[in-house]
Amino acid sequence: MRRLRPLEPLAWVGPAVLLIAVVVIWPVIEMVRSSFLQISRVGVVRGYNGFDNYDKLFAEKDFADIMVRSVIWVVAVVALTVLISLALAQLFNQRFPGRKMARWALIAPWAASVLMTAIVFRWMLDPEVGVINQIRLKLGLIDALGGADADQLGVAATAMPWLVFVAVFVSVPFTTYALLAGLATIPSDVYEAAKMDGASRLRTYWSITLPLLRPALTVAALINVMNVFNSFPIIWAMTHGQPGYSTATSTIFMFILKSSDIGESAAMSVVNFGMVLVITAVFLKISRWNRAVA
Amino acid sequence: MMAVKTAPPAPPRSHARTAPRGGHAMPRLKTTLVAAAAYVIAFIFLFPYVVMVLTSLRPQESLRDATLLPTQWEWSNLVTFWSSGLAGNLVVTLQVAAGSTVLVLLVALPAAYYTARHNFRGRTMFLILVLITQMFQPTAMLVGIYREFSQFGLVDSVWSLILVNGGFNLAFAVWILNAYFASIPRDLEEAAFLDGNGRFGALFRVTLPLAMPGVITALIFTFIAAWNEFVVALTLTTTPEKQPLTVALNSFIGQYQVDWQNLFAGSVIATIPVIILFALIERKVVGGLTAGSIK
Repeated sequence: MRRLRPLEPLAWVGPAVLLIAVVVIWPVIEMVRSSFLQISRVGVVRGYNGFDNYDKLFAEKDFADIMVRSVIWVVAVVALTVLISLALAQLFNQRFPGRKMARWALIAPWAASVLMTAIVFRWMLDPEVGVINQIRLKLGLIDALGGADADQLGVAATAMPWLVFVAVFVSVPFTTYALLAGLATIPSDVYEAAKMDGASRLRTYWSITLPLLRPALTVAALINVMNVFNSFPIIWAMTHGQPGYSTATSTIFMFILKSSDIGESAAMSVVNFGMVLVITAVFLKISRWNRAVA
Repeated sequence: MMAVKTAPPAPPRSHARTAPRGGHAMPRLKTTLVAAAAYVIAFIFLFPYVVMVLTSLRPQESLRDATLLPTQWEWSNLVTFWSSGLAGNLVVTLQVAAGSTVLVLLVALPAAYYTARHNFRGRTMFLILVLITQMFQPTAMLVGIYREFSQFGLVDSVWSLILVNGGFNLAFAVWILNAYFASIPRDLEEAAFLDGNGRFGALFRVTLPLAMPGVITALIFTFIAAWNEFVVALTLTTTPEKQPLTVALNSFIGQYQVDWQNLFAGSVIATIPVIILFALIERKVVGGLTAGSIK
């Protein structure tokens, strides 16, 4: 090809870099800077105040609980998502009539807005008219509609499992599809060889399918970690993090702080962001992508 | 044409090889059980959206009746929605989704093409940058986004939502387009160039049409993502009329309103078309989401 002028790449790639700079990099810098600023409620900057925002954040009486809950939230949702998706990928990989349609149905929660899905779940859990409570009434799990027993989202002990359920519900489709893509890359002769050796199904799955599925599994799991860590609409639409802060994760807490103290909210974001960076570093290391792209 | 069929983002299906252990003599009973289980699971995943549609068709006065099915079907709910205030919010959603899609294509097409065709200084840096933006989510830097766009005076503006949605969906488009461009043989383009089409003529007449499936995938994916976006819009819009549908619907549920059927009509209108659109690109999406890191 002809000789490249040094500025030529800039014309082609420049707009993308500019967009990333404005929308991704600038906000990161602005966020870190804000975490060291004293900012009034209406957004007036009163000057630098060192680590005051962080001190205030760490001194919040709910802070420790919220951080622990965030970790449990991520681990629970991702672990359940991966386990269920492994099973579903296996199931939807079989041949049966109507497979295409069944796979399409699986897409719905992935394509739909997470917020809409959360709103519908909240509606289905409505203490007085929710479908889920109607079913629970028919099954004899509750005595009447409208009572405290029917208000599953009103108490953290029952709200948290439902939030996890919805988060798993919207994460499973992508994960299952990613694993199905992984399964499709496993050549069938590997299985034939295992069959010849008389390996049992469980043994075949454990020592052939799973190891060969590992790249797909790793990427899918880590994409889920990022998504779930930053997951906002589910909790926001279903409980707002209430009662108190008892169903809030660090992301929800950051958003609530934003309306009272932007500086402290920025500090919470930076703490969150630090965790995201660690996860990304792990992600890059595990997938060792740079060797292939370069 | 062959080139496009072998594009790297591998579709998650292959009929011949995907039933490895069943062989050709799969027992009937097993197939029946597998199918039954799959149908039940499919139903579970569709269930909330079925409820959504059913609720949107209830008459206003029996909306809060504790019955599984509406006693009366009120199809006009889907019509009255258009004269409710939410129709204006749907227009905002449409503007944001369309604007972000155009922005992503304008920015991603040249970048993806160039990185697929040329090895330039900073290429690896650029690809790392794209991967990083894919890993980051706007929620994580919401405070920064809010502060930045407040300083620009772009609160309550469609443009800020277009910019943010465009920026965070750029990565997907770059990966998928890059894969398509890389799979189109250079010779095809050269031949068209030598036929007197010029550099750009060759690009537009030969390469771009061959990459069309990738372009359409990127287009639909970005459109859906921007259409569904909630957190950034919740942060950057405060005036009710300037909010996209997701934010408007969310503020609906906070209040004890009478016209809940508009909420569900709005949800149906916001959800069902998107699910159908997504079904069209389903085979290619996994490739775009994992390409950057799986290579």
